Amino acid sequence: MSTTTEAAATAGDPTTGGTGGKPPTRRQRQAAGIADAASVGIKVLLVKILGLGIIDALAIFGIIILLGASQWLVAAIVAAVAILVNWIYFSRRKLPAKYLTPGVIFLVVFQVFVLVYTGYIAFTNYGTGHNGSKEQAVSSLMASSLERVEDSATYPVTVVDRGGELGLLLTDPDGDALVGTATSPLEPVDAEFDGSKAVEADGWTTLSFAEVLARTDEITALAVPFSDDPNDGAVRTPDGSSAYLYVSALEYDEAAGTMTDLETGTVYSDIGTGAFTSEDGEELLPGWQIVIGFDNFVRAVTDERLAGPLLYVTLWTFAFALISVASTFFLGLFLAIVFNDMRMRGRKFYRVLIILPYAIPSFLSALVWAGMMNESFGFINQVLLGGASVPWLTDPWLAKVSVLTVNLWLGFPYMFLVCMGALQSIPDDILEAAKVDGARPWAVFRLIKLPLLLVSVAPLLIASFAFNFNNFNTIYMLTDGGPRDSNAPIPVGFTDILITMVYKVAFTGQTRDYGLASAYSILIFIIVAVISIIAFRRTKSLEELN
Amino acid sequence: MARKPVPGTQAGLVVGELEEFDEADASTRAHSALADGPVRDMPRRPFNLRRWFTETGWRHVVGIVMIAFSLFPIVFVISSSLNPNGTLTGSNALFSKIGFDSYVRILTDPQVPFTTWLGNTLMISGITALLTVFLGALAAYSFSRMRFTGRRFGLIGIVVVQMFPQLLAVVAIFLLMSAIGDLFPAIGLNTHIGLIMVYLGGALGVNTFLMYGFFNTIPVSIDEAAKIDGAGHARIFFTIVLRLVAPILAVVALLSFIASVNEFVVASVLLIDTDKQTLAVGLTKLVSNPRYADWSAFSAGAVIAALPVVALFLFLQKYIVGGLTAGAVK
Repeated sequence: MSTTTEAAATAGDPTTGGTGGKPPTRRQRQAAGIADAASVGIKVLLVKILGLGIIDALAIFGIIILLGASQWLVAAIVAAVAILVNWIYFSRRKLPAKYLTPGVIFLVVFQVFVLVYTGYIAFTNYGTGHNGSKEQAVSSLMASSLERVEDSATYPVTVVDRGGELGLLLTDPDGDALVGTATSPLEPVDAEFDGSKAVEADGWTTLSFAEVLARTDEITALAVPFSDDPNDGAVRTPDGSSAYLYVSALEYDEAAGTMTDLETGTVYSDIGTGAFTSEDGEELLPGWQIVIGFDNFVRAVTDERLAGPLLYVTLWTFAFALISVASTFFLGLFLAIVFNDMRMRGRKFYRVLIILPYAIPSFLSALVWAGMMNESFGFINQVLLGGASVPWLTDPWLAKVSVLTVNLWLGFPYMFLVCMGALQSIPDDILEAAKVDGARPWAVFRLIKLPLLLVSVAPLLIASFAFNFNNFNTIYMLTDGGPRDSNAPIPVGFTDILITMVYKVAFTGQTRDYGLASAYSILIFIIVAVISIIAFRRTKSLEELN
Repeated sequence: MARKPVPGTQAGLVVGELEEFDEADASTRAHSALADGPVRDMPRRPFNLRRWFTETGWRHVVGIVMIAFSLFPIVFVISSSLNPNGTLTGSNALFSKIGFDSYVRILTDPQVPFTTWLGNTLMISGITALLTVFLGALAAYSFSRMRFTGRRFGLIGIVVVQMFPQLLAVVAIFLLMSAIGDLFPAIGLNTHIGLIMVYLGGALGVNTFLMYGFFNTIPVSIDEAAKIDGAGHARIFFTIVLRLVAPILAVVALLSFIASVNEFVVASVLLIDTDKQTLAVGLTKLVSNPRYADWSAFSAGAVIAALPVVALFLFLQKYIVGGLTAGAVK
């Protein structure tokens, strides 16, 4: 290992010219550069230019769209990255960067950035009812409380379409044509008239009668704002041929930041919680997304109904990971010892059949086990236990045992393979020496084999712990975290581990709470980070890197 | 009796062959020597059932018990996939009926686009595996062959980042992809390209480390010889080094392939339309209520889905075991 490294260090970067670590002189660098350039064929150069050209074209396309959506910062970042990439690949040096850039870009966006972004979401109230900006919340509230204005004018209307987005083309009492969509208010447009009714407008496709019928639901739900001021109301069409003016039962006062219900006179004001709230605490939803500081964390640990589940889920996560590692390791080790005897016949046969569970995709195995453990119809109760009804997956404690058993089934072949390899790599002369000194088999195992085995297997045990700590598939496919804890306000159950709880809080149930789910994620980060630091300190594996 | 295998010897040896074997394989015999008395005396002893049992017989008992434990879910799923009529209860009598009706059902049922899921899974996992190998090999090559500022930091960074799997950030990934999807529908939410891009975020991780270790075992003198012959770095990498490290590339590709086939969390969040989903997402939904699901059709689907993975795994078994001990975890 060390000789290879030294050799690599001497050869090193081609631009160092192999002078054994001394910084190269300018002439040497030039010479290396010329040699490098001379070795590049014209085809390679063409491929390089073509590739970069495609990347640049995509970047420019992206920047144009981002600028159109007023995403200045993102556009600037994309431009900067594109320039950086061009500079790296056209430069004669920057050799390591040429090899690292492609992977690093994906790593930064989809691994590092999303972790940081999770940290940000944990400090917001993002989730059902708090999805967008305040403006979006206002227009959505106004649109949801629209009521038809009594005795208002009837507008002849034609339903039109542009790129899949529905619009209303209507003719006002003066005979002018106006067009608008759910997101853009009515504005004048050049149109062709059939009699006094505008039927076709530039850039829009008129829907035929059959198409109107087919999209009735969409059309009747469509509300086109009358103007930029949401208090002016919107036009809607109940039948696709005539439209009426609707105004909202809510009035938005932008200066005061309040919503007033015109019927009851209740004033809802923005009190900094991300929703308009009346004086007696009633909230108008949807609200909007705001930064709420440590509220999610405080809520997770102080709200009694959330703190209980968090505690038992955390404890169970540790128990699950530890017991899984221990049980799979000891069974695997035991089997490795049993089958590591040269006198035994058919060892290959046993070995192949025993590692089969490891070869099958784990989500499939877990689903099959879930079927077999079904209380009333499963194979285990019906056949193996002769018609018993043991609640394998529905009793809080038995479900835990079942999860551990299935995870043992999934995991022991891996430990078996690993221990087998480690046992066979222990040199025979050490064992022979021990025997000559009169050690008994158990002493040889305990004092020589096991310590040597642990040296090579310990890092894998840590990795296995980290893996099981977030072993989503086994839990989710087998029990779905259940049985469900009916006292908790979030969909959490007695076999949930932290990662399945994050998933369920964020993506299942009536309300999605991205903020709370991300706060739980941050908690997992912290636990994993602490364990990793301790593990790395103990194994010193980072120091061996060279 | 004369050609009966001798108990307590290397499997399958008969008396006549034993003498040659004794000398040739003395080192492997050292293992067995630990468990009992002097080895060289043994072949002379007459067959003794009790001794046979205490020495190797019980190992067969353990082996048979473990095979039963390992195989019974597999036998169950194969049996129920051959059962023509649907339910979970009907699958309990093993191999009572044999037919391929459920295979036909799962492959042709218009409600369950199984073949589409299978195609999606193979495509997504295949492309991810190829690109993961490519990106990882590029990075491993630079870490192994070049010395530059930030190299150690880069290596440590990769170790640290892989401690935090992507599924922890699934909420952020979902929100990021839906934001991207608003502006660029082709690569955002509910697209295969988007999912593959997310998976590639994990390409530089444990895989790079595996490859880095392997690249280090290829002598640098080979690179140098090629350099003297006038080959540039790109040519050395693509035409020489990549060929020499082919075994590790196969292992990483397979591990990455299996990982993507198994991946549920990100795929279930990003792929919304039933026709876009992968097997893990689709089959999980299919049997979310095992009581009412068409269990034998699911079993048939599971067998079809598992076969290619199991075949690849057993085929590349030798290499995978080497790769596993170098740090990969299922």
